[in-house]
Amino acid sequence: MAFVSFLSSAIRLSATFLYGSTGEIITEKAGHLNLGIPGVMSVGAAIGCLTVFKLLKAKVYSTILLILLPFLATIVAGGLMGLLYSFLTVSLRANQNVTGLALTTLGVGLAGHFMNGIKAESGIIARASKLYSNLFGIGGDNWFVEIFLSHGILVYLAIIIAIVAQIVLNRTRVGLHLRAVGENPATADAAGVNVTGYRYVATIVGSAIAALGGLFTIMDYMGGNWEYILEGFGWLSIALVIFTLWRPALAIPGSIIFGGLYIASSYIKGITFAQIELIKLLPYVMTIVVLIFTSIVGSKKAQPPASLGLNYFREER
Amino acid sequence: MNQAPKTREPLFHLVKRDVTKKWIPWAIRAGAVVAAFILLGLMSLISLGVNPFKVYKYMFEGAFGDSFRVMRLLRDLAILLLFALAVTPAFKMKFWNIGAEGQVLMGGFACMICMFYLGGKVNDVLLIFISLAASVLMGAIWAGIPALFKAKWNTNETLFTLMMNYVAIQIILYTIKIWAPGGTGTLTPSAYGNLPAIGGEHFWFSIIVALVMTAVMFVYLRYTKHGYEINVVGESENTARYIGINVRKVVIRTLLLSGLICGLTGFLLVAGIDHTVSSTTAGGRGFTAILVSWLAKFNPIAMIFTSLLVVFLSKGMDEVMTQVGVTNSFFSQVVTGITFLMIIGCEFFINYRVVFRHRKNDEAAPAAPIPEAAADTAAPAPTTEEVPIPSETTQANAAEEE
Amino acid sequence: MENAIELKNITKAFGTKVIANKNVSLDLKKGEILSLLGENGSGKTTLMNMIAGIYYPDEGQIFVNGKEVTIKSPKDALDLKIGMVHQHFKLVDVFTAAQNIALGMKDKGHYSIKKVSAEVSEMGARYGFVIDPNKMIHTMSVSEKQTVEIIKVLYRGADILILDEPTAVLTPQEIKKLFDVLREMRKDGKSIVIITHKLNEVMEISDRVAVLRKGEHIGTVLTSETNEKQLTEMMVGQKVDLEIDRKDPVDPKPRLLIEHMTVKNRDGLNAIEDVSFTINGGEILGIAGISGNGQKELLEGIAGLQKVESGDVIFHNPKKNKPVTFFHKDLKKIKKMAAEGCFHYPDGTKVDLTGKSKKEIVRLVNEEQILFYEDEIIDLRHRTPREIQELGIKLSFVPEDRLNMGLVGNMSIIDNMALRSYRKGKSIFVNKKRPKSLADKIISDLEVVTPSDMTPVRRLSGGNVQKVLVGREISSSPKVLMAAYPVRGLDINSSYLIYNLLNEQKEKNVAVVFVGEDLDVLLALSDRLLVLSGGKVAGIVDARTVTKEEVGMMMLSRAKAEDAEALNLPTTEKKEDVE
Repeated sequence: MAFVSFLSSAIRLSATFLYGSTGEIITEKAGHLNLGIPGVMSVGAAIGCLTVFKLLKAKVYSTILLILLPFLATIVAGGLMGLLYSFLTVSLRANQNVTGLALTTLGVGLAGHFMNGIKAESGIIARASKLYSNLFGIGGDNWFVEIFLSHGILVYLAIIIAIVAQIVLNRTRVGLHLRAVGENPATADAAGVNVTGYRYVATIVGSAIAALGGLFTIMDYMGGNWEYILEGFGWLSIALVIFTLWRPALAIPGSIIFGGLYIASSYIKGITFAQIELIKLLPYVMTIVVLIFTSIVGSKKAQPPASLGLNYFREER
Repeated sequence: MNQAPKTREPLFHLVKRDVTKKWIPWAIRAGAVVAAFILLGLMSLISLGVNPFKVYKYMFEGAFGDSFRVMRLLRDLAILLLFALAVTPAFKMKFWNIGAEGQVLMGGFACMICMFYLGGKVNDVLLIFISLAASVLMGAIWAGIPALFKAKWNTNETLFTLMMNYVAIQIILYTIKIWAPGGTGTLTPSAYGNLPAIGGEHFWFSIIVALVMTAVMFVYLRYTKHGYEINVVGESENTARYIGINVRKVVIRTLLLSGLICGLTGFLLVAGIDHTVSSTTAGGRGFTAILVSWLAKFNPIAMIFTSLLVVFLSKGMDEVMTQVGVTNSFFSQVVTGITFLMIIGCEFFINYRVVFRHRKNDEAAPAAPIPEAAADTAAPAPTTEEVPIPSETTQANAAEEE
Repeated sequence: MENAIELKNITKAFGTKVIANKNVSLDLKKGEILSLLGENGSGKTTLMNMIAGIYYPDEGQIFVNGKEVTIKSPKDALDLKIGMVHQHFKLVDVFTAAQNIALGMKDKGHYSIKKVSAEVSEMGARYGFVIDPNKMIHTMSVSEKQTVEIIKVLYRGADILILDEPTAVLTPQEIKKLFDVLREMRKDGKSIVIITHKLNEVMEISDRVAVLRKGEHIGTVLTSETNEKQLTEMMVGQKVDLEIDRKDPVDPKPRLLIEHMTVKNRDGLNAIEDVSFTINGGEILGIAGISGNGQKELLEGIAGLQKVESGDVIFHNPKKNKPVTFFHKDLKKIKKMAAEGCFHYPDGTKVDLTGKSKKEIVRLVNEEQILFYEDEIIDLRHRTPREIQELGIKLSFVPEDRLNMGLVGNMSIIDNMALRSYRKGKSIFVNKKRPKSLADKIISDLEVVTPSDMTPVRRLSGGNVQKVLVGREISSSPKVLMAAYPVRGLDINSSYLIYNLLNEQKEKNVAVVFVGEDLDVLLALSDRLLVLSGGKVAGIVDARTVTKEEVGMMMLSRAKAEDAEALNLPTTEKKEDVE
């Protein structure tokens, strides 16, 4: 039974990484390495929580509104962060690494600042958390229910988004163009694809999705209690992108592995505090191994998008 | 590649700025800093309800108010500067080492290992030297691993070094919990192997080392053969091969140097300031340093000022927050982030001029390169592909446009 | 027959110096294959780019199907059913053929890569292409990639096809297949322009031939009524006397012996195949050939920048009777060489250093008592540029793509001067004094137009960049000087300055290799002329007596049928086609 509970928890936490990595995959597929994801997730979570807070203060208890409005607010907040990043990197051609890191600084700061403003009363947010944590409202000792049906709405949404992203990227014209933009923007440009447009949209959509990971983490996983854990989760999400070789569909099992490793310590009897840290080391080591392995094998299919991290400008010689 | 259907002339277009005067870029950057400070004042007004001028006053007091504060400022400045100096040679070579955080941590960690196991068993002076050697070596190893893979298999260094940071953090967390099994997760400061205090302060060493390293790095990059090679490899790998530079060797050597300085920084943090190590010993400065170095255009002297800006912002905002009774650093983080983004954004206007439709573009100076002349006369032909000048790649990091 | 395209008085200039096309009037009839023939730089590609919407003509009119049109972008061209296949493929490596073909298409309806694949296969069947729509580009050979490019254009509905040197990258078998396809397309009513400079192909495939020379249209002839000789004459024109002061070589001795050298290009094909020749000191060896026939690989192979697959590069260092120095030679090596009998004393007796103290040897060397018995002979194959340099061999090289290789655009003139010399000396610092005086000397001697010696090279004009590079390369008093297209893009005065510099080097007994594209210059400047064709030596001739037509014919001779097999090498999968 412990295993069922473990798997259930792993799947639950996986949503954080799945949102983050799906968003980052979309962005990276268009050629932009957004290292601002930890900041984006933080801001998304903070804005979502603030919205919940304001709604509760205004005595709005409607389930729909308490989910929908924070959801929309999170998306908008994430999208705006993505807009800021793409304005700097696409239009102003700024260095992507530097811009991303600055965005993380800004985002983590903003989230902290916002949440700090309501610190005294933030406890009430927890009241809304149960709306997020069990979509079907069923529980019990059935293993199937516990593993597959006991999660909150945002967990299922994460999986749906990852699947949709996988289909859009690989089965549609939009996806084809998006990947072309990230692989060889000059060729895409010559073929009449709007490179700037695609890069903007990919970054904004990617950031909006990543921001949902923040909302999920606080409202569902943390039970509505704010904690400063999103920066670390953001970096893990970026690691997951590499680990799953830029494939959203692979990110679903990948995120469950990452989630499982993160919580594994609670399920191992007699584990020492030190060993917990060692387990948490695994996701990063696995990612490095994948990174090294793919570069040595050199298979074209497993490489980062060819122009990842490089800005494209047509007029340049 | 350039096939813009130009059915109508756009409202404005961009012209590459021909920077002949060296002060122009710095003037633009200074302008961005001033603008950021104005914005900062406005934000404080809106967000905290403090008069902007009071904010500036508090900031100044917070940073330079008394000798104690100046000392703290100098200490933080020195450490941040060392971080920035460490990442600079790699960046100059266009090797995106964003793993300074981990490299410093591992340096500090190595120092702590020596203190922990040798403390009290060997002569304290000897211990300091052993720790120093271990730190430097460990930092170099931590940077050398990604460099090796980059040189041999072209493994993406940005992602590799990023991951190495977290590996370092976890290793330290693991070790601390073995050393301090009580579960507090903190290590009591070591009594052995600490750098001696000068004038009652432990961190004079850091300040002196930072100053020396700034000068050394400036000279290294600008005047030595190694620095010259780094520059050539960063600018044009083909030319580097042409004159017989072993590119792989330069990549590995430069990253070892980067890691070595990181290790030194870790040593100073542990032996000179904290006397212990934790997962937050580097405190995110490995990332901030990237911005510091980049904003200074990899010029070590200019880095003194960009680090000062960052430290001033953080110390100044801390004071502002104290004055308004807030006890966290989030607002200062916000301000730092916005200032960074503004300076990052302003780089564009250093490289390009926006020319509006009605203004005639007749800038083709006699010494202008052929493609420019061709592009001017060949308008509306949108490409310069055929012009007999090697076209640089159409994709480039903005940082290349120094 | 009706005209598909008619050009009237098209003129196009780049800047004030380079006129690419001058008053060109040309027509392409419906359902014909027209060859556009001309040397490098004769304006063929520029002219066609104006039809394809890449460039816009300065003057003149374009008529498509009898109607005057304005073509401002490739999209405009496609709307007029005109498509061009460029020399550099624009394909996404990790996409399949079908995905590349679908890229950028905005047709309505459900997107289905299967539908595209089916249509591609159908198109292939119609014209005789062999193509797997689901194959990844990076696993394709050059010829397959080219097929994808052609289908891309057809898929977008083009009736008028322009192919820019489609055969340059193909093996003879592949060329035959391509020509079959082109004939099928002609049968289908398509009009085709094929840009080329290979005469046998022109004769084989085209209905008519239009010849361009130096941007002007020389004439259009029916293929059935012409022959290779007439076309060559139209292409190269009358000999122009350039009045370059060419002295006879004084005592030319072999300096560099290239023996059975084979070098592969990036696609894994033999770019240089079994090439043998000698470069003499004190003469200029001109290398003629259509560009892309192995010139780049030949020079880079010699310079140690590309792997020499087989063969040798033997360097004769003229050391006979010259004193040994300590330059790059340590004591141990001198002892070893003495033991091998490489040295003699001024009186002719063999040098024997056994038992001599270090101090004594140093004295002998410093007093120039130890002389070389023979010229030093070194095989440069498998040596890196650094090793060649450290052997004390002064090999100077002016590459074709100057700012990409040879100079660093963002560094100042002074720093670029230091590239060759910065390693000198034991100091850890770069000596900037010598580079500075060298920079200033070159600026004044070669009249480099620059604001200062601190100006980044990238901000100089093409001619001045070239002067800086050539100036630096000859400043080290080289033994061999190789220059690839050193006057490309330069005005007349700068060109003559470069010619004079090369002549000066020759008179200093340097072995000069000059790769050029203008036959008049090659004939006026060189002592001997090596003609490359398809990576092989088509002939080595005396530049003083050979005629322009003879050289032209050699340049255009294709690899003979028996060589076809050798050329048809399997391609590796590592290559990339995008710049």
